[in-house]
Order: sequence, then structure tokens, then C-alpha cells
Amino acid sequence: MMDILKQPLPWYIAGPLIGLMVPVLLIMGNKSFGLSSSLRHICAVYIPAKIPFFEYDWKKESWNLFFAGGIVIGGYIAGTLLLNSQPVQLSPKLISDLSRYGVTDYQSLVPKQLFNWKALLSIRGGILMILGGFLVGFGTRYAGGCTSGHAIMGLSNLQFPSLVATICFMAGGFITANFILPYILKL
Amino acid sequence: MNETDIFQRKEINTDFEVGSLDTTFIPQRKQESWWSYIKYIVAGILFGIILVKSEVISWFRIQEMFRLQSFHMYGVIGSAILTGVISIQIIKRLGIKTIDGERIVLPQKKFHKGQVYGGLLFGFGWVLTGACPGPIFAQIGTGALVIIVTLVSAIAGTWVYGLVRERLPH
Repeated sequence: MMDILKQPLPWYIAGPLIGLMVPVLLIMGNKSFGLSSSLRHICAVYIPAKIPFFEYDWKKESWNLFFAGGIVIGGYIAGTLLLNSQPVQLSPKLISDLSRYGVTDYQSLVPKQLFNWKALLSIRGGILMILGGFLVGFGTRYAGGCTSGHAIMGLSNLQFPSLVATICFMAGGFITANFILPYILKL
Repeated sequence: MNETDIFQRKEINTDFEVGSLDTTFIPQRKQESWWSYIKYIVAGILFGIILVKSEVISWFRIQEMFRLQSFHMYGVIGSAILTGVISIQIIKRLGIKTIDGERIVLPQKKFHKGQVYGGLLFGFGWVLTGACPGPIFAQIGTGALVIIVTLVSAIAGTWVYGLVRERLPH
């Protein structure tokens, strides 16, 4: 049993399970699936600074913070008890592309050679972690949602604005991955 | 803050993820008790496990997706949306209610330019960090503690957006 649970989930099992979060949260308590709003609630709780955008009754939205906390615990369980001893099966093309930038360790989900405490002080690490994180927070809130809120929840509810947002997420991703990231990795 | 304060807010709502601020959204009649939040923790735990076990929180998988080198991410996101569409149709057609017997309300989003500009900016960040907000929490859970820096930075990004939003095109 544990051996089965340690196996990576194929897309045709993982996708439907992720999609089921939509009805599960609605039936649990009329909650719309989405995670980027947790970042807004954290601002509202700790650093509202009299900014109107953060002045609302965050207690009514606190379910989202419990949900996010659960994800951290789930990540811990999956990263310890259910850890797959085999490395992720990546495309040989990606491996050969990345090896040119000195990325050779594919053991972990978060590449240790790029994301570590020491790298934070380098330009490359700073761009990946600090600027990258900033853009995730700024961009998702400007767009009013992220992959879960727009791409999954919004599209599940056939919302046109979510289709626009999802197309833009993908367009931004394509441009960055193919035309900008190679230069950042060379730094 | 009571209901009237919310309706008197001057700013235009562009963020439809905060249900209690959405004036088109019927406010929750019942205040949930603290223990009822346990169910959201349980849902989060399951979601976190799925995110890790399906490897969608892998920085490498994000690169493969945008370099069109693997079908995995497209399969995950596509089948998740399909499942969501079918689920919502079932909820609507059968008039399924919440476990507390409330009618299920789905927020209606309005188009604004932020979905384009913000969407592109998030796309940049998604490739750099290899994570969207959900996976950031899961990555930290797997023990990649340095990602706490990415999370703090994402909170800072959200805060700066709140600070300058009046001056941004929407």
C-alpha cells in the first residue's frame, strides 16, 4: 500500500483530484477555490497600513489561511512519509538544455543548485527567488487570481475574465521560459 | 466592519476572490465556528499531497511545460478544469447545497485590464519561481525552507499592489 502511495501520480489521476477541490470547497461552505487571496489576507492581518485594499474583515476569509496551512502540512507529509525515492522523470531535452547552465541535480522538486540560502545573495538567485516571488504576488493580485483561482475555479465556472487571465499567464510563461530565463540562468 | 461599511467602500472591486467584499455575492448568513475550519485544513492537506505527488510543484515540470517538452502539466491542468466544469454543472443542475444547507453561490467576475497586465506579470514570476501561490506553500512543506523568502516576497508584491492599485490601469 505504502509503495503505491509513494509512486508519483500520473496526470490523469492528479488532474481530476485537483479539479474535485472546486466542488469540495463549494459544498464544504460556499468557498471558491483559489490561493493567491491568502497573500492578501496575510497583508490584511499583519500589515494593513491603512491601505483601503487591505481594510476588510479578514476573519470572514480566514478559511483560506487554514487551507493554505493545510497545504504546508500536506507538502510535509508528501515530502517525508510519501517521498518517492526515484528522481522525477524529466524530458531528456530539458536535462540537456539545463546542463548548459550548470543545473545537473534533478533529485528534488525545488532545484537545490538554484534555490538555496547562499544563492539568495547572488544576482541569479535574487532574481529567481526574490523578484520571482514579488511578481507572483503582485501579478496574481493585479489579475485577481492565480492558477487555482482563475485557471481552475474561474474556467470551471466558464468565466470569460478567467480565460483572458489564463491566456496571459501562459503567454507570460512562454516568453519568460524561452526568451528571458536562459539569460538569467547564465548569470 | 459591518455589512454597510462594505457596501460603502469607494474603491471598485476588481478582485473577486474575497467573497465577503463582493457585493454581487450573497453574504454568508451563518458565521462558521472555529472548529469548522478543521475541514479546510484537511482539504488543504489532501491538496498539498496531490500537488507534491503529481510533481506540479517541481520547478523542472514548469520549465518542461513552457518549453513544450512534456504533456504532464497540460494533462493535469486540462483534466482539472474538465472535472471542475462537470462538477459545477452537476451542482447547478441538481441544485446541490452546502453541508449546512446553504444555496451554492458562484462569484461572477468582471473583465478589467489587470487580468492582462497582472496575468503577464504572474506568468513571468511563475517561470522564475517554478511555483504559483498554492505550490509555494507545498514547496515550503517539503522542506525547501528557502522558499519562505519567495513567500515573503510574494506577500510584499501583494502589499505593493495594494499600495499602488489606484494608479494602475484596470
